[in-house]
Amino acid sequence: MSETVQTKYTAKDFSSGQDVRWCPGCGDFSILAQVQRSFPNLIGIEKEKIVFISGIGCSSRFPYYMDTYGFHTIHGRAAAIASGVKTANPELSVWMATGDGDCLSIGGNHFIHLLRRNIDMNVLLFNNRIYGLTKGQNSPTSEHGKITKSTPLGNIEYPINPVALALGAEGTLIARTMDGDPKHMQEMIVRSHNHKGTSFLEIYQNCVIFNDGAFDHFMKKENRAEKTIYMEHGKPLVFGKNKDKGIKLDGFKPTVIDLNDGKHSINDVLVHDEKSKELAFLLAQFNDHPELPMPLGVFLDIDYSTFEDDLTAQIAEAKKKFGEGDIDELLKGNAYWEID
Amino acid sequence: MDDKTPVEKDNHSSGANKTETQIVDEVTIRFAGDSGDGMQLTGAQFSDTVASFGNDLGTLPDYPAEIRAPAGSLYGVSGYTIHFSSHDVYALGDQVDVLVAMNPAALKVNLKDLKKNGIIVLNSDTFDRKNLELASYTENPLENGSLSAYHVYPIPITKSTMETLKVMNLPIKTAQKCKNFFALGVVYWLYNQSFDFTLHWISDKFKKKPELIEANTKVLKAGYYYCETTEIFDARFEVKPADLPSGTYRNINGNEAVALGLVAAASRAGIELFLGSYPITPASEILHELSKYRQFGVKTFQAEDEIAGITTAIGASFAGKLGATSTSGPGMALKTEGIGLAVIAELPLVIIDVQRGGPSTGLPTKTEQSDLLQAVYGRNGECPVPVLAAATPADCFAMTVEAVRIAIKYMTPVILLTDGYIGNGSEPWKVVKLSELPDIKAEFRTNPEGFHPYIRNEFLARPWVIPGTPGLEHRIGGLEKQNIYGNISYDPDNHEYMVKIREEKVKKISEDIPELEIHGDKTGKLLVLGWGSTYGAIASAVENQHAKGNKVSFAHLRYLNPMPRNTAVVLNSFEKVLIPEMNLGQLSRIIRSEYLIKPIIFDKVKGQPFKAIEIETKIEEILKG
Repeated sequence: MSETVQTKYTAKDFSSGQDVRWCPGCGDFSILAQVQRSFPNLIGIEKEKIVFISGIGCSSRFPYYMDTYGFHTIHGRAAAIASGVKTANPELSVWMATGDGDCLSIGGNHFIHLLRRNIDMNVLLFNNRIYGLTKGQNSPTSEHGKITKSTPLGNIEYPINPVALALGAEGTLIARTMDGDPKHMQEMIVRSHNHKGTSFLEIYQNCVIFNDGAFDHFMKKENRAEKTIYMEHGKPLVFGKNKDKGIKLDGFKPTVIDLNDGKHSINDVLVHDEKSKELAFLLAQFNDHPELPMPLGVFLDIDYSTFEDDLTAQIAEAKKKFGEGDIDELLKGNAYWEID
Repeated sequence: MDDKTPVEKDNHSSGANKTETQIVDEVTIRFAGDSGDGMQLTGAQFSDTVASFGNDLGTLPDYPAEIRAPAGSLYGVSGYTIHFSSHDVYALGDQVDVLVAMNPAALKVNLKDLKKNGIIVLNSDTFDRKNLELASYTENPLENGSLSAYHVYPIPITKSTMETLKVMNLPIKTAQKCKNFFALGVVYWLYNQSFDFTLHWISDKFKKKPELIEANTKVLKAGYYYCETTEIFDARFEVKPADLPSGTYRNINGNEAVALGLVAAASRAGIELFLGSYPITPASEILHELSKYRQFGVKTFQAEDEIAGITTAIGASFAGKLGATSTSGPGMALKTEGIGLAVIAELPLVIIDVQRGGPSTGLPTKTEQSDLLQAVYGRNGECPVPVLAAATPADCFAMTVEAVRIAIKYMTPVILLTDGYIGNGSEPWKVVKLSELPDIKAEFRTNPEGFHPYIRNEFLARPWVIPGTPGLEHRIGGLEKQNIYGNISYDPDNHEYMVKIREEKVKKISEDIPELEIHGDKTGKLLVLGWGSTYGAIASAVENQHAKGNKVSFAHLRYLNPMPRNTAVVLNSFEKVLIPEMNLGQLSRIIRSEYLIKPIIFDKVKGQPFKAIEIETKIEEILKG
């Protein structure tokens, strides 16, 4: 799937040369670097055809740092503006850089409708579970009970699960990665590009100032092997330093089994299937269970027709049926009369 | 106008097929019934018929917000008024000559608009106890003499319809639905009009349901021949064709005209049209119309909300297409931030606001002109936007083309204001050819040499670049931009410069639009200043005043921001300026603040257009005082 070719570009070709103004140590730097490193390897990529659209927030400064076409728009509306760009001009490779507040709070409506329309573009969600640019309020992905500037007594809202939301909105490529694993992120960026239809990539991204260490419990090097699971299509869902743990289904309940306990074998382990929505929904719920590892990789990769292809087909069909439109005939209409 | 339509009745003019035909100059007919009675369709059929016969005309559909309000209720009454004439029609007739009432509620709601001695055609089958009660009649008006000032023709429309269709064995509900065609047949006979246009329409509309072609045709003819056979009318009338300039004509309403204007202007500019829109009364028809034009490469996008309506259009403009969005007042409010983005990004965009009664949800199906201040001023920051307003249904075409021309030439969003009255109302339009439209040039920058996103041409417009053009990769956005280079800039002097240059760009448009024309004397005691859909009523009123020998002039603004360059001169040429508007004086406020004169405010906010007589009374009052 993630077939790549060498092209004429290097990572540097994608840098605009603007001073990058994120806080030192911000996870956004890693995302920018991985995008710039993976872009030269994208199939059929032409720099001038790339457009980055963003909304508002730290993540949304992203287009300024890419030497591509870019539009830094207004809060929450990146998905709608990008939809207009791609629908109007399907030849473009459209990328959306957004954050948890921008995409899931103020832009939640546009986000779900983008997914159900399946417009062929790529969403990079920088999820740091906090509002950064406005200096530290709770976000729609902040955990219940969290103390923030606007929740000094603890957050009394429950967080959105972005992957589950994207599944519910009929997304066709849904994946997750994290800023601490550059190689995996690059792989996921390539998968996003290669998918025809809307791709949604949730990127766990550390905010060093307002939510530092939010993902340490699984992202930190020493925790990672035991606390994350990398999903691969057609392969058993195993994890652990020695790949000796696996996920087994107990009815509807996913459980962790020890492959060395003499009672279980690799045959008991659930095999990942990117084509299965049912399995994707199940894996999306792992977040709620601290005893389960955090799934990373592609939850779902299915093919639906895209909005812009269907629209182009309708236009072609109408032209076939009615002929190339004649404006003078259109203006005259069917019920006209002449006055001498 | 009142005395021109004879409704004199000779009580003894009977005799087989010898009903006298009287020539009249103009007539106003209103079809009224339940919102499910098909009155809008009936009215539209009648107006298309008289239009193709060659009459000039104006129409006003007036329907409730509820799709099917409870049958027989007063608030469920739907009406369609047609004013047709053998001379120019500027506005609706102030009073109705003929009222077709399909039930007691329709009679009750509309009787106040019927002129004394006017004709009432009513469906006598509906004047039963239940319907009378629903219409809050304590006595049957057909029996208590309360209608003695009118010529009343009770016709058993329902029974006659059912009788006509008996042979076809249709379901009762289906058969009953045909009764509006019986009423239409009656009125065709009364006004000596051929029913061929409607027969043609019926066979096209129901081509997949032959039984409905047969049923509606039978009922239409039955209504027509009922009059001929029963001779219930003592006279029939004829309105001769109007003396219109030669050419090809069609009937058009404002929403259709906007849709056609967008398609034609985009074609003239050589670019594709993209409409992002969310359904809203009374603007949805623009979305419906444009959705039919795929063969013209038109892309319509029914967005998830009003904000996505405008922002998808902004995306399309960024991508090198003509972005447009259509809406009404509440949707306009939601699009505010998007308009600001298009202003600072300096992208072409056309925003059509078919105004309706406000605030909030207000009166969705009724007309008003109360979004003017919102359009001119209603944004955060210093955010200048050209604002245009169409004067009549057909003028919606020309002004849409203008909006596109200005948007592309100056790289700016443009707001076009129409309203429910001219959006839904129709009139004959002298069809123009694509080659007759003003030049609209969409020029895309392809040369990287010396390119910066915020360099400007002589019109202060920045270059438009289609993403995909090699070597011109650049970034724009809602943050303030450095002059010329387009990098983010927080520099105080730069911000002030950019604010002023955006303002100047819009102000300069006044050099590129027609001067304000004065109808009547060029100076004098009183100028009536109008904008938007009040054109018809003011033009009629002023013409009538001239006929009476009164000195009053008229000027009509189609450009509200910036205004024509001679506006100050025009205003200062008159002692007094009267501004009739369907709001509490919004144009008056702008005129007062921009030109330091104090206009006389004449407001009407009833959800209904002005009548010429109302404006005439006001003019006479001022001229006397």
